[in-house]
Amino acid sequence: MNEDEVFYLFSLAVASISLLLLALILVVLVQYTLPVIKEMGFDYFITSSWNPVFGKEKYGILPYFLGTVLTSFIAVLVGVPISFGIALFLTEYSNKTLKKYLSIMIDLLAAIPSVIYGLWGFFVFRNFILDYIEKPLHNYFGKISIFSATPTGLDFLSGGLILAIMIIPIVSSVTREVLELVPTEIKEGIYAIGGNRYDVIVYGSIRYSKNGILGAILLGLGRAVGETMAVSMVIGNATGENALPRSLFSAGQTLSSLIANEFNEANPTSLHPNALVGAGLVLLMMAIVVNLGARAIVSKYKR
Amino acid sequence: MVSLRVKKKVQNTFLFLFAFLSTIIAIIPLFSIIFEVIKNGIEAINLDFFIQLPGPLGESIGGIANAIQGTLILVTLASIIGVPIGVITGIYLYEYGKEKKSTLISFSVDLLYDLPSIVVGIFVYITVVSPMRSFSALAGALALAIVMIPIIAKTTEESLTLVPPTISEAGIALGIPKWKNIIFIVLNSAKNGVLNGIVLAVARITGETAPLIMTCLGSNFWFSGMDKPINSLTLLIWRYAMQPYPSAVKKAWGAAFLLLLVALALNLLVKSGGERK
Amino acid sequence: MKRRSIAKKLPSYLLFSLLILVYALYLVILPSSTLVINGAGSTFVYPLISKWSSEYRKIDPSMIINYQSIGSGGGIRLFINKTVDFGASDAPLNKQQMEVAKGVIHIPETLGAVVMSYNLPNINLIINLTGEVIADIYLGKITRWSDKRITELNPGIKMPDEKIVVIHRAEGSGTTYVFTDYLSRVNNEWKSLVGRGTSVQWPTGLGAVGSEGVASLINQIKFSIGYIELSYALQTNMTYAAIRNQYGKFVVPAPENVKQAASNLARSLPKGNESWENVSLVDAPGENAYPIVSFSYILVYEELSLLPGMNERKAKDLVNFLWWCIHEGQNYSLSLGYVPLPPEVVRINEESIRMIKFKGISLMGGD
Repeated sequence: MNEDEVFYLFSLAVASISLLLLALILVVLVQYTLPVIKEMGFDYFITSSWNPVFGKEKYGILPYFLGTVLTSFIAVLVGVPISFGIALFLTEYSNKTLKKYLSIMIDLLAAIPSVIYGLWGFFVFRNFILDYIEKPLHNYFGKISIFSATPTGLDFLSGGLILAIMIIPIVSSVTREVLELVPTEIKEGIYAIGGNRYDVIVYGSIRYSKNGILGAILLGLGRAVGETMAVSMVIGNATGENALPRSLFSAGQTLSSLIANEFNEANPTSLHPNALVGAGLVLLMMAIVVNLGARAIVSKYKR
Repeated sequence: MVSLRVKKKVQNTFLFLFAFLSTIIAIIPLFSIIFEVIKNGIEAINLDFFIQLPGPLGESIGGIANAIQGTLILVTLASIIGVPIGVITGIYLYEYGKEKKSTLISFSVDLLYDLPSIVVGIFVYITVVSPMRSFSALAGALALAIVMIPIIAKTTEESLTLVPPTISEAGIALGIPKWKNIIFIVLNSAKNGVLNGIVLAVARITGETAPLIMTCLGSNFWFSGMDKPINSLTLLIWRYAMQPYPSAVKKAWGAAFLLLLVALALNLLVKSGGERK
Repeated sequence: MKRRSIAKKLPSYLLFSLLILVYALYLVILPSSTLVINGAGSTFVYPLISKWSSEYRKIDPSMIINYQSIGSGGGIRLFINKTVDFGASDAPLNKQQMEVAKGVIHIPETLGAVVMSYNLPNINLIINLTGEVIADIYLGKITRWSDKRITELNPGIKMPDEKIVVIHRAEGSGTTYVFTDYLSRVNNEWKSLVGRGTSVQWPTGLGAVGSEGVASLINQIKFSIGYIELSYALQTNMTYAAIRNQYGKFVVPAPENVKQAASNLARSLPKGNESWENVSLVDAPGENAYPIVSFSYILVYEELSLLPGMNERKAKDLVNFLWWCIHEGQNYSLSLGYVPLPPEVVRINEESIRMIKFKGISLMGGD
């Protein structure tokens, strides 16, 4: 065996750690989830009861699954247009210096630890949302079911909006990259036939890069799905039937916030810990599916 | 024709306003967070804050020194485990990653990268905390290392890819063994990128909370062994923020101030360290 | 343009790194050889134990009590695993838990009460409630403040014709255990439908995290009602209801009323090393006894040498600390919103602490 083969085997061994870890994570999570599925059957995935009381045990993760979907959806709905606007501003309206500093600032949003988002969300952002968004909406449109619950600022909307801020850096930076890849010929062509900047962007850039933008959205979605701390501090942490998303202003729970809140408190002689591990498994699956999709699109696009 | 021109003007203005306002909307939270953290955090900071244990809950004496200590220990330990594994994995991906037989490995690095960090926490709880029958500093560090490995692996691979092929070809032409060529020539040329990746990974795990909840738990005392619970800045923020006592909330803001300072400094360090290209 | 890189900047970071290193060394070296006694469990008694820990440090600087508030469930788990020297729980161990934690001693270390707090604009009087009514409010059967069953308890108060907003704790909590224990005691439907536990399946209402969350929701939402621990209500001056006790009298959770609930039951309390599963202070007899009251327990092993890392000196220190808690320590209760133990209970505890041994030798009794 020569030096290079030794090096190959050594690096292969080290790199295999990742493969091993991933396999082990999947096996361990599945193994720990099985008892609760054995007990609850498919109901574990499609019901909403969550009762760790001895003798009355019942676990259904539907509300938290829906909570994760809803908050991530709000995040994308609000975060993506803003990110797109930022990408436009940086590519179309900024000079080099402005672009440099603005993009550093946007990137810094990604540098802030999630628990600090939570702290700020709980003490600052929540009051802003409550006074300027939720109360007016509730007062004027309270008859519509999504605005019907009494606003508290600790609900799906707050969770989703804080996620919207958190996904801006990744979505805007990928969108920007994608927009910069639009060939000048396309833009010049549209100008040549009398189009303005609006036409260039709407009929040129967006059309040309719509797959890339889709990839960016999925990347943002992936980020939002797995996020834990910030959401757990502002979402209201309801459980069971109460956590079903009935209104934007009702308290809810996501898969990850449920785990963060209850894991250490769970009684080891019950199925409660298993039910929480199962929530982790579902979360993992969601994250993997979304991210794989995103990566497939983005890498195909860049090529 | 006039109406068309007006329409075009309106369209352009609309587009500009949209782009401009979006940027403003995104910048406001950044400044609000920085402002609030400084405003509320600075009040908590004094000498005791850095050198004392947290006092009794609800009293304003004491500091958060054990949380600072805990974060330092956890991050150092996680880096000792995670950085070498991450860098070598990155080298492997760069050198052999294009080959078919290694698709599985590069695929799992990708998936590991996507893993929500709280899932890593659950995994370490089941495999380390549960058999050891104790929350521990070791478990916390392992969880952080697992978060770290794919980040470093990917940035290392990326920086190596950016090294002009001529550099590595020159080495090969000189008859240097492949492994020496990679380590001493290619890796050396990609040094900045790799270092940046490591710094970013360190910044990232310094701010991690979720996987620590079920692995190292938190503590009110100093580090007292690898097999014992340990505190961290992030855990302290999470626990104290929800306390009904203003003095505890103040300590949470103080810890957030420190944490934000470190996170922003490390990130700006990388940014000023230069464009990797 | 000057191209700077981390590598080139390294020397200038050296000084800064050195500074950090010195500080880090300080942090690592600082923990002296102080004896650490580890405890974990109930969040409800965290403020009190945390106060005790710091006060006791002044008496015996050579040791420190490191208490982790991770919830009663977690405390029991760590206690059974013998990873902590003592546990703290708002609920006594149940039969299964007693079997795995052989030789456990329950030491009730303080009394807590749960109060019903509410937000009724323009009503500054203390309202009257009964357990039945509270249960039906939390079951969603009484939905308006103007319900006949509420108004007939409160003659002279004009109850608003508004919907009641029910608020409860979202996460597992000892407070919820005590509250649901009470509701199960006074209302059969509650007992069969919901039961008692640290987290239960709520038939209705909004969840809030922590006492702080519950309190802030009550403050924000008009016509709401919620339960919080007395210690927090006292510190934040919230209004709370008077509740009808067994005797038929409406009582507020004043310290003496809380104390009475415990002292009237003292004679029927088990010994420290017996099962406390059936001990419950809710709905206790006594003319002035407040009905939603509970002990919080410290759990220790009768034979301390069972614990890994335990030695005679540490065992002695632990016992001395516990002795101090049930005597001098009680003086710190009131100011934190807890109620000191009645003398009858202190006597039971003294006996329990005398039972604690290290390698068969009693640590207190002999001297």
